[in-house]
Amino acid sequence: MSAALSAGQSGEVLLSVNNLSVDFTTDDGVVAAVRDLSYTIKRGQTLAIVGESGSGKSVSSMALMGLITSANAKVTGEVIFDGQDIMKASSEEVRKMRGNRIAMIFQDPLSALHPFFSIGDQLIEAIQVHQEMSDKDARAHAMTMLDRVGIPSVEQRIDEYPHQLSGGMRQRVMIAMALVNEPELLIADEPTTALDVTVQAQILELLKDLQREFGTAIILITHDLGVVADMADDVIVMYGGSAVEHADVMDLFYSPQMPYTWGLLASVPQITEHQARLDPIPGNPPSLINLPLGCVFAPRCSFKDQVTDGRCESERPDLVEVAERHLSRCHLDATRRTEIRRDRNIGIIG
Amino acid sequence: MFPYIVRRILLMLGMLTLLSIVTFLLFNAVPTDPARLTCGKSCTPAIIAANRIRLGMDQPLYIQYLEWMKGIFVGRTYGSGAAAFDCRIPCLGYSFRNGEEVTTMILQALPVTIYLAIGAFVLWMGVGISTGIYAAKHRGQWQDRTIMGITLVGYSLPVFFVGLLMLIFLIVRLNLFPYPSYVSPTYNILQFLQTMILPWISLSILYAAYYTRLTRSQMLETMSNDYIRTARAKGLPEKVVLRKHAFRAGLTPIVTSAGLDLAGLLGGAVITEYIFSLPGLGRLSISAVTEYDLPTITATTLVAATFVIVANLAVDILYAAIDPRVRLS
Repeated sequence: MSAALSAGQSGEVLLSVNNLSVDFTTDDGVVAAVRDLSYTIKRGQTLAIVGESGSGKSVSSMALMGLITSANAKVTGEVIFDGQDIMKASSEEVRKMRGNRIAMIFQDPLSALHPFFSIGDQLIEAIQVHQEMSDKDARAHAMTMLDRVGIPSVEQRIDEYPHQLSGGMRQRVMIAMALVNEPELLIADEPTTALDVTVQAQILELLKDLQREFGTAIILITHDLGVVADMADDVIVMYGGSAVEHADVMDLFYSPQMPYTWGLLASVPQITEHQARLDPIPGNPPSLINLPLGCVFAPRCSFKDQVTDGRCESERPDLVEVAERHLSRCHLDATRRTEIRRDRNIGIIG
Repeated sequence: MFPYIVRRILLMLGMLTLLSIVTFLLFNAVPTDPARLTCGKSCTPAIIAANRIRLGMDQPLYIQYLEWMKGIFVGRTYGSGAAAFDCRIPCLGYSFRNGEEVTTMILQALPVTIYLAIGAFVLWMGVGISTGIYAAKHRGQWQDRTIMGITLVGYSLPVFFVGLLMLIFLIVRLNLFPYPSYVSPTYNILQFLQTMILPWISLSILYAAYYTRLTRSQMLETMSNDYIRTARAKGLPEKVVLRKHAFRAGLTPIVTSAGLDLAGLLGGAVITEYIFSLPGLGRLSISAVTEYDLPTITATTLVAATFVIVANLAVDILYAAIDPRVRLS
């Protein structure tokens, strides 16, 4: 069992995830895609989930939407959304929440939009599945939304097909489609990864504007720490299916506590320093089948020798509160962590 | 889109012309003497010679071809004087075997084949597509495996086997259906349906199996697409996700196959028509072939080929209706 980050100050809790686990049974064994994930989000807040491919960040959010329907999957834990446990709700109840109270946007807007239907049809469908609205009113509402997300000459664009739009425009359409029913929670799964850098900034600005306007809470799934710094209130760093560090965004960047987070921060290029080369984390992400007995990150961790008795390889560390509203999963003791960060100039020592 | 259709229609006309030349040459270059065949038992060289002139077969082949073409578009007159008679537009020739204009024979046979083909088509598309979607929805589960097993059997049942089996057991032994005797649906709809139901079923079994498998594999392919995940994330009911989003995306190959299969049958479902004594185009062609009735063979071939060419065009136009990405280019 892991500790959970306290909800922090003011604001109403919208979503609270407790000990969420997702297992997939495959021919090669059980894949523990997500283990014991817990967090809370308040209305209007942004939680970033950071990690590399296969760390469980996308799977955990698909589970929130009730979108893991494979017969081989086992999802356990509690997902309390606005007082109701989604895991206990009927599939019909969850369907009525999807796209209505919880919406999602995806990485590649070209493949996420249906190629055979006009963007207007796709938006109108999203409206009418949750709201009793005439075709004419739904179309007018779709046009308002498209206009709001910055699509030019909406009258003409609304009848166009996804392939006729640019990547940035398509992602705007996805955002408009996700927000037509004014959801309380938006899950953005790598929303800018497939876009040009200049367009990325525009899309992030748009998301922030809309968040302010509609009071939407956002779960931002990304591997881009720049995006995290720009958008997030809280951050979860995931590795090998579980949270390894969970903190306020300031704390995470200024005083990271877990060697994997250190590695992530070190592998971001710094414009202020001259770096001959980046410092990647050695090794590869773990296979989620037959996870190591000890710390999942231990095989790639350069500090495991500094923990006595080889505990890193024999005993899995718990996610514990190392400072106020700051959880970390590491056997290194606090003094040693501070020393290492000072020696290596990681974060800002406060 | 419009220029594209015009271009395609012109191309189609070119193909039809080429086709008519090939068909004409193929059947008129066979080493038989049509004039000899037109003449009954009490034949004399004089009659043969007269018939040859009457049919225009004394002319060189290209003149004969042009005469034939002329007949289709403006009609033609066979013979001269008192023995002359007119063959109306579209004149596809005159069958001396049957003493009838080929056009009349085809117009009589065509509705039978159209009823047979369309009825079977509706049946197999309905069954094939709905079972295919159902199987895809239950991929890997017992429903899917059962359906796949049945389709494998269905796919291995040729019409001549199923048709004969039905004829022997359902009609002859068990007397569940009357002996097939074709009447027009406008004359007696009940008898028409009683006659057609078994041909429809026996003709559609193999196709239904094929379309079940095709629909299933198309569905499985499209269901893994990101836009299906989007459709689910929008909160659409699973039924809409499958039937609207996934099916529409996998429709193109199904439409292609369906168009060509239907066109093929419209040219004559030979075996089914034969087994169930349906006087359609297939039977007409077979008897024409066995009787060396050259004008009829040429005409039925031309009609069948026209169906295929028109179906090709229709399928291509449908592509654009299905997939907006095709419309621009």
